[in-house]
Amino acid sequence: MEETAHTEHVHYDAEASKIGMWLFIFTELLLFGGLFIIYSVYRFKNPEAFHLAATELNTTIGALNTVLLLISSMTIAMSTTTLQLKKKGATLGLLVITCVIGVVFLVNKYFEWGVKFDHGIWPGSEHLLNDFSQGEILFFGLYFVMTGLHALHIIIGLIIIVVAVWRVQKGTIHENRPSLLENAGLYWHLVDLIWIFLFPLFYLIT
Amino acid sequence: MAEEKHHIVPYRVYIIVLVALLVLTFASIGITEIELGAYTVAGALIFACIKSFLVLTYFMHLKYDKTYIKIMVGSVFVLFIVILVFTFLDYLYR
Repeated sequence: MEETAHTEHVHYDAEASKIGMWLFIFTELLLFGGLFIIYSVYRFKNPEAFHLAATELNTTIGALNTVLLLISSMTIAMSTTTLQLKKKGATLGLLVITCVIGVVFLVNKYFEWGVKFDHGIWPGSEHLLNDFSQGEILFFGLYFVMTGLHALHIIIGLIIIVVAVWRVQKGTIHENRPSLLENAGLYWHLVDLIWIFLFPLFYLIT
Repeated sequence: MAEEKHHIVPYRVYIIVLVALLVLTFASIGITEIELGAYTVAGALIFACIKSFLVLTYFMHLKYDKTYIKIMVGSVFVLFIVILVFTFLDYLYR
């Protein structure tokens, strides 16, 4: 216990924290991987229904969100470079831009889901259960679960980035202690990575 | 403590990767609008794989990481593909 009093001995191991972050990312990849396997099996069993249901989705909003996420991935990746170059202002600016883009993504998602709800389509809705085929019900179930789980990851990612902004501002994340920012970046890229597959599977392949 | 010197990735690299990702996105939208039948799925997925490779390599810094981290990440994707193949072997031949 006494050792914790010596602040100069604060434990910091950049490599270990990177491995830890990757191990966590592996569990996330396999979580979504499982859902992608469910999707591919159901698509294989109900090709017609999936084709029909996918035409209901708005490709423009999906494409817009893809572009937004890709840009935000670049801004957070750039912030690790600016941090190493000791440009604190630029680092904070890039992180704030990343956050704003993440929020815009969620707003788009809100309107996109809102349109579905207005059409009476949500998991277990009467319109969905009575007027759609089994395959279409499966498609919309997967659509809401997978994009919903993805949106939840965006929210968590935003919280982590806000913490990173606060810690950069406070000076506890700096060029010699970049781990938290780098791990926040890895998490945000994971969210981007998942969307890279969600977008073509739900919005493009009709 | 000897700080491990990080590779500083120039801004240029990130901008080039972003442009490549955007081009691939619009290319995949383009290719799915052409009627290719069963190949549409394959086409869109190939574009998605190239995009995720770029994100993993440059944005997630795997290019500059030690070999064992690359092997770990590669193994997870191999594991996923194995599970996918076994699932489909089951569904195709049951």
